[in-house]
Amino acid sequence: MKIPAELKYTKNDEWVRVEGDIAVMGITDYAQDQLSDIVFVEIVALEGDSLDQGETCAVIESVKAAADVFLPVGGEIIAINESLMDSPELVNEDPFGNAWLVKIKMSDLSQLEDLMDADTYQKLERDH
Amino acid sequence: MTEKTIFELSRPNRKGIRFPAPDVPLAELPKDFLRENLPLPEVPENEVVRHFTNISQLNYSVDNGFYPLGSCTMKYNPKINEETARLPGFAHIHPLQPVETVQGALGLMYETQQWLGEISGFDAVSLQPAAGAHGELTGVLIIRAYHESRGDTKRTKMLVPDSAHGTNPASSAMSGLEIVQLASDKQGNIDLKALEAECDDTLAGIMITNPNTLGLFDENIVEACQLVHDHGGLVYGDGANMNALLGVYRPAETGIDVMHFNLHKTFSTPHGGGGPGSGPVGVTKELAEFLPSPVVAMTSEGDEQNPAFYDLLVPEKSIGRVKSFHGHFGIVVRAFTYMICLGKNGLLGVSTHAVLNANYIQARVKDVYHIPYERLCMHEFVTEAKWEDAPGIRALDISKRLIDFGFHPPTNYFPLIVHEALMIEPTETETMETLDAFADALLQIADEAKNNPDILHNAPTNAPFGRFDEVKAAKDLILRTQLPENYGS
Amino acid sequence: MYTPHTQADRDAMLKVIGVNELEDLFQCLPEKGKFPNLELPDGISEMEALDELQFISSVNETPQELVSFLGAGAYNHYIPAAVDSILRRSEFYTAYTPYQPEIAQGTLQAIFEYQSLISALTGMDVSNASHYDGATAVAEAVNMAYHNFRGKRRKIVLSNAVNPQYRETIQTYMKGMNLEFVGEDLDPEAGPDDLIELIDENTALVLVQYPDFFGRIFDLTKLSEAAHAQKALFSVHINPIALGLLKPPSEFDADIVTGEGQPLGIPMSFGGPYLGLFATKKQYVRKMAGRVAGETVDTHGNRGYVLTLSTREQHIRREQATSNICTNQGLIALASTVYLTLLGKSGLKELAELNYHKAHYAADRISTVPGFIVNPVQPFFNEFVVHCPAPAEEVNEHLLSRDILGGYDLGLVYPSQKYELLVAVTEMNPRSEIDYMVEVLEEEYHD
Repeated sequence: MKIPAELKYTKNDEWVRVEGDIAVMGITDYAQDQLSDIVFVEIVALEGDSLDQGETCAVIESVKAAADVFLPVGGEIIAINESLMDSPELVNEDPFGNAWLVKIKMSDLSQLEDLMDADTYQKLERDH
Repeated sequence: MTEKTIFELSRPNRKGIRFPAPDVPLAELPKDFLRENLPLPEVPENEVVRHFTNISQLNYSVDNGFYPLGSCTMKYNPKINEETARLPGFAHIHPLQPVETVQGALGLMYETQQWLGEISGFDAVSLQPAAGAHGELTGVLIIRAYHESRGDTKRTKMLVPDSAHGTNPASSAMSGLEIVQLASDKQGNIDLKALEAECDDTLAGIMITNPNTLGLFDENIVEACQLVHDHGGLVYGDGANMNALLGVYRPAETGIDVMHFNLHKTFSTPHGGGGPGSGPVGVTKELAEFLPSPVVAMTSEGDEQNPAFYDLLVPEKSIGRVKSFHGHFGIVVRAFTYMICLGKNGLLGVSTHAVLNANYIQARVKDVYHIPYERLCMHEFVTEAKWEDAPGIRALDISKRLIDFGFHPPTNYFPLIVHEALMIEPTETETMETLDAFADALLQIADEAKNNPDILHNAPTNAPFGRFDEVKAAKDLILRTQLPENYGS
Repeated sequence: MYTPHTQADRDAMLKVIGVNELEDLFQCLPEKGKFPNLELPDGISEMEALDELQFISSVNETPQELVSFLGAGAYNHYIPAAVDSILRRSEFYTAYTPYQPEIAQGTLQAIFEYQSLISALTGMDVSNASHYDGATAVAEAVNMAYHNFRGKRRKIVLSNAVNPQYRETIQTYMKGMNLEFVGEDLDPEAGPDDLIELIDENTALVLVQYPDFFGRIFDLTKLSEAAHAQKALFSVHINPIALGLLKPPSEFDADIVTGEGQPLGIPMSFGGPYLGLFATKKQYVRKMAGRVAGETVDTHGNRGYVLTLSTREQHIRREQATSNICTNQGLIALASTVYLTLLGKSGLKELAELNYHKAHYAADRISTVPGFIVNPVQPFFNEFVVHCPAPAEEVNEHLLSRDILGGYDLGLVYPSQKYELLVAVTEMNPRSEIDYMVEVLEEEYHD
């Protein structure tokens, strides 16, 4: 299971890459593996929305499961990844790269402190 | 094996039926509203009949063989029920006819309400809900209306055990309630400590399935209901598993306030490939005035000269209608036929033998198939399809392999609290030989799982089709026959 | 009677289980209340049961014995013999939900064909596998619109020419959602364009019936445009037989189409089981509740069908599912599938026209009776409102005394309409029945 060291993580299996006051986020390799074949991605956040940390920004569906994706940090949505609408399989193929979900202009950088580093995320206890 | 679709069987200008020529003068058609193109198939009657006959033969059904689909109660559907429901005096009456012209139908509905009430211990019954989930919605709306009628508007929390059917939380959410999930204890019962912790003045109620979805009679049910009542909440009973309790125990006695019945499970009405069902709701007398409208009442008992008279009434504080007209009357006729054929002792025999059959299979396989909550079960039991020495085998593989043995698979992956669950419900209508053959197959498959897992991964091999590509279905989303551009014009 | 066990079977099975008596299987149940003495009669034989039910059914008077012009949501149509012949195949009626597609292709293909037929009939992109009936399909349309806007739009513009029972069902379903319903207090004479001024930016759905509850046919173009101008959804409830003749709602750019499928080969059966039609545009497919079958292939490359899009449903989403529905009307949907296939393109049109002509003949004839008036302006299909010279209740009583079910007394649900009778005419009413009703009316209500 890939867990890139430079990223930050949530316990709901979202990742964040920080670029100045911009955060890029997606779901982790572990999350895509748990969902298995992803058939649909709906990004419910719209460009220009101001959303709080923890609000639902996307729904990812496989054949047998649907997972809500929550914003790891609050702020203004400045970009959404439209290509996932047509190619949901990207989430399986390249979760940390081409399958980023949204870019956020963070309103409160201190929220980054709520996130885990790669080591802590790796040690997270799992049900199975 | 692929069958053509009815659209592919179509040829221009073929006809499947003809109607009488108009016996009235022709009126002018509304030219601004006329349809230009009606893209329906054109198929003669014998081709229609062949087509549907052919595809019917791709189905497995109770009349083909053993169908131990847990929580679905796939018992034999007596043929007489099909005859009575089709009697012209039932099949062809209009729901809005004046009540004096449909006294037979209303009387039958009234009697069915009485039978269900006597069997369950509830004081009043409405036959309106169309299915189990619809009955749940009705019941939860009744609970909500009860609290509101008392001005107790802060009661918005509904507790749902983690072993519950998905319809339970969905029904509560649809009624605008908040759902709190409740853990089960180590014996598969409601965890009383966890329950107590949630009991406060926001509690609307709890949704309980008893026997629960593990097939176990909840040993804490009386205490749990008492606890909820003590804190001002009401108890909803999911009657999906009533096949264990006919003549054995009346759910109202445990403290349940409102419960739905599944006529298509417990009372032998056919499942029809997914419907129509029927989900009557029974309530205590405190809740009778909230039942959906209408209910059937006997407004005059009658005497030697005059028959009793029945009418449709709207309960005083009714939650309103949950569908049009008076429920699935055609299904009610079938269930009523079943109940009067069985009578008091026959109904008891249903449940005792349903429980006997389930325990028999459980006893025959439990040394090989782990039973996570091992007790005497009720009408069904849940086992785990996983072994350390058979990695890579999942419940689904066992199920698909059972098809090769000529059986319908059990329910998979439910309840969610058991990993790789196989939920087995034989029902009372199966012979010991059938149960033995099924148990033998399960044991052989467990052996194959360890020694020859490929047989399982490749199963089924003697079904009309192999496993289907569900990812493709969900991605491509072809939900209707693709028609050529000018089809039908 | 349906339990096959002999005493020897029971003994052998109990021994394997490790208990002595059947009663021992219930040892974990509370003693108090166990094995109650139910006050129910003993069982009877199949022969006696048939006798009893034949008697009960004979107490009812059917539209075969009476002359019936009763509609208002359930219609007396001819059911071709082949429909019931297929429904009686127990491969269909004794199967359950097609959870194992390898051995359920009969049910799955039938659902797929049903979806195809309903899509074709309504002009919509997709149909689900059905809801319980017309009323619950309409309620699910409101529910879908509510969730489409994630609860942020709370106004529903609801025509009062939608079947009153459906409107009541919507109210029951949506009780917990705090919605505002507007439009129901308009005059029953109002048409769809009178709803336009009620639509605003808080409107989630505009809902009308076509032909409406009073049988009238209106052009819905302007209403639809007005709804879409505010980005609200537009939903049309139809009578499927009427669509054999009339433009489908897709031509009014409907977002959702619902319907009562009972006219499609389903017996009236005192109100159920019926069939809730539900179709929508492709872009809303994931917002639609209910089961759906989709085409795919098996491991050998054979075309086949599976239940799909199940991540919308309660068994996966639990409390986050927008609806709790977990079945469809399986066998009833099959009946309508066989029916629509048999009638096909020309048969459905022929039937719709037959209904139209007979209803118009009846309207013309009834209008000749002094005091009886049929609105001559608005087009109608097979149902129309007759203004009577006396309360409709009295007219009905008089007709019933002559073995006629006259129609639906609109005063029962519209207080201002006590003199209005809703009359339905189908292919089941020969001209002689229409003439007979007119004759009876003439005898009673002459100048």
